[in-house]
Amino acid sequence: MQKMPQWAEVVLVPLISLFLAAILSALVILGIGEDPIEAVNLMITGALGSTYGWGYTLYYATNFMFTGLAVAVAYHAGLFNIGGEGQATLGGLGVALVCLMLPWPHWSLALIAAILGSALFGAFWAMIPGYLQARRGSHIVITTIMFNFIAAALMNYVLVNMLRPAGSMDPATERFPEAVHLPSLHDVLAVFGINFSKAAPANVSLLIAMIACLLVWILIWRTRLGYEIRSFGKSESAARYAGIAPARITIITMLLSGALAGCMAINNVMGEAERLVLNAVEGAGFIGIAVALMGRSHPFGVFLAAILFGFLYQGGAELALWTSIPRELIVVIQALVILFTGALDNMVRAPLEKVFLAMRRAPKSERKTQAAE
Amino acid sequence: MTAPAIELKGISKAFGPVQANKDISIRVKPGTIHGIIGENGAGKSTLMSILYGFYKADAGEIFIKGDKTEIPDSQAAIAAGIGMVFQHFKLVENFTVLENIILGAEDGGLLKQSLSKARKTLIELEKEYGLNVDPDAVIQDLGVGMQQRVEILKALYRQANILILDEPTGVLTPAEADQLFRILERLKEEGKTIILITHKLREIMDITDTVSVMRRGEMTATVRTPDTSPEELAELMVGRKVLLRVDKAPAKPGDTILDIKGLQVKDDKGVERLKGIDLHVRAGEILGVAGVAGNGQSELLEVLGGTMTAAGDVTLSGEPVDLTGKHSDGQSRRKRGIAHVPEDRQRQGLIMDFAAWENTAFGYHHDINYQRGVLMNNAAIRIDTAAKMERFDVRPPNPNLAAKNFSGGNQQKVVLAREIERNPDLLLIGQPTRGVDIGAIEFIHQQIVALRDQGKAILLISVELDEILGLSDRIAVMFDGQIMGERLPSETNEKELGLLMAGITDTDKPHSAEEVAQNLAHSHGEVR
Repeated sequence: MQKMPQWAEVVLVPLISLFLAAILSALVILGIGEDPIEAVNLMITGALGSTYGWGYTLYYATNFMFTGLAVAVAYHAGLFNIGGEGQATLGGLGVALVCLMLPWPHWSLALIAAILGSALFGAFWAMIPGYLQARRGSHIVITTIMFNFIAAALMNYVLVNMLRPAGSMDPATERFPEAVHLPSLHDVLAVFGINFSKAAPANVSLLIAMIACLLVWILIWRTRLGYEIRSFGKSESAARYAGIAPARITIITMLLSGALAGCMAINNVMGEAERLVLNAVEGAGFIGIAVALMGRSHPFGVFLAAILFGFLYQGGAELALWTSIPRELIVVIQALVILFTGALDNMVRAPLEKVFLAMRRAPKSERKTQAAE
Repeated sequence: MTAPAIELKGISKAFGPVQANKDISIRVKPGTIHGIIGENGAGKSTLMSILYGFYKADAGEIFIKGDKTEIPDSQAAIAAGIGMVFQHFKLVENFTVLENIILGAEDGGLLKQSLSKARKTLIELEKEYGLNVDPDAVIQDLGVGMQQRVEILKALYRQANILILDEPTGVLTPAEADQLFRILERLKEEGKTIILITHKLREIMDITDTVSVMRRGEMTATVRTPDTSPEELAELMVGRKVLLRVDKAPAKPGDTILDIKGLQVKDDKGVERLKGIDLHVRAGEILGVAGVAGNGQSELLEVLGGTMTAAGDVTLSGEPVDLTGKHSDGQSRRKRGIAHVPEDRQRQGLIMDFAAWENTAFGYHHDINYQRGVLMNNAAIRIDTAAKMERFDVRPPNPNLAAKNFSGGNQQKVVLAREIERNPDLLLIGQPTRGVDIGAIEFIHQQIVALRDQGKAILLISVELDEILGLSDRIAVMFDGQIMGERLPSETNEKELGLLMAGITDTDKPHSAEEVAQNLAHSHGEVR
């Protein structure tokens, strides 16, 4: 029997968690002598008050959707992929190579090739830990996090020694040619006559991310592969019984997960920076873990959580800009959200389940007493 | 009249909306063996957990020797003279008997003193109750029967006057069970009170003085054992008349379907679990494989079901079966017409978080009828599941309900429906009625016999001798990875099978229970 109705499970629990995190954050802000109400106001106007703010919020959200989906897909197979950071880094390399090595007549063709390139590089980076776990028993949590460091070092080497234009002091590639510049949200919405900020970095990748959410949903709940992934994630012994090869599923899942993380590069590298720089991912790989956690590994949940974290990111930046609240505090707030929505899930869930059970029993006993009268 | 050793008055306990115990009252006379029988989920274990201080009752009172007693935790239960022997032993494997016995009852900071004191007490206890256990033996070297005696000694060392045993014979051979019952009789003579929880009617009839029947959290009856019969007890447990015997016509075996020659299996640690097995199963017959759990039956099933690799020759209808290569997985087995109802439905047969319809596709998710282009046709699977649930009388017949929300019997029916309705040539079936209530057992047995009557070959593995004797057309007994012999059910009995299960082949000679226990200790026997 379900202890709680579905809507409470999916909507109420995260909302309450979020509320608790907000209260605690407010106390922290009070503690450093700032006004929490003002802070919230500032965050909301900064992140959602203008199309410029929205442009940044959605730009960050696009990153988080990709990395969130990456974690979510792996999670369905019972794999904890915390290497999104490294996989997205490698994805950036894939995008840069695609954009710089070939002459592209139109951005749309370049985008398709960039998606393939970033996915391929990201998948490759995730496949190695996947293979090591499947065949050698090295734990994926350890290997993926190690691979984040290797990716950073590798990128350093490649940028400094190989892709840096001659004479440049900056460890970055040259700018991508004009032809591969992606249309920003300003350009896309202009087609529909909607006026959107020109300066904001949100771009057509957002649509790709949303399509990715949909495709992941179809994959997980409507295909045989998704069925096998979920089976394996719920019970390895049962999967083995059903003839689902654990090694095969582990590797395939990691390929998919890495590909999704890698695809983030079409947003930050191709869409925003338009060149590959050092540390382009900026922690989005790790935020993806929180996004997947909060979104309960459901693509729609990931979509919503990504926007929430986009808001926190952009709002936080505004806060740092206009108040004396340090940027680090935003990390504290984000950490609190992660703590409450992920780790302390049961703290909210257990009492809520009791409330629902009590509510369910109460009407019955009322009926009984009425009948007795 | 003396005060009852234990009296429960109006005990109630609810878990959320589930009423596990409803207004339960019993009186257990001192110096008697009192049986509590009921189906899985009837509330037996909850009741005993309340008595042992694991749960707190919502309402009701406990009296020990006439005094009202609060039992908030197990320490209090021990102080009140209650000892519990759990189904799954709570022993430290690499400690000696003596160390296990004083565990949690040490006198001071230093062990030496407690140990020598305990040794004296222990030897006295052993003498008094006729328990032969070497205090310095290490637990992992002891057989299951011996380990159980250690548990009993643990309780006695803590001066228990009331001993509760939860399904004590589940892991024992018949000979070991007999030995246990002799010990219990002895304890009773010495004035101890014993509460025996079981679902086996025969044990209740053999050893108890009074018996209480539980059904759906309620105590439906308490009767003197001599005044009742197994049939009556079964009816009280289930709430309707139950056929206890399997009703089947003689088998009409056809061609050999499964032929196994020299099957060998090594586990991860390199220990040989199957040491060259020869077996065959013909069309239209049920071959029952008996044995104490852990003697290789599970491995046999896993190899045939495609979850374990092996060496040897296996053929199905004359064609070789791949034991190590690319076609040795579960999918290939299913394609060959081998269906498998695994021993452990919760770990293997089902995914407990999946809905019934997802579980019905499990293992058969490549079935062309379940596809729609590249996607799975979930609607078709749901319809198919609903039909299967109806034919197998799964309750509630709701394909969207998660497997974990069905009772054990209904979970098993979901698995059976999935496997049997595939019309396999060979059905592998392990522990078909483990954790299944009596009412459902009858139905499951009927389904297995019906499949046999359609001319299918069935390989049955069960630790329940009654089940093996009742269902099989031919019985093979396994011990320590080998086949000890084959018998026809009409020409054998529990005693003979029990000796074979302990690896003793000259079954005409009388053998002591010690010999049996010793022999078993050397096999891989369960509870490792």
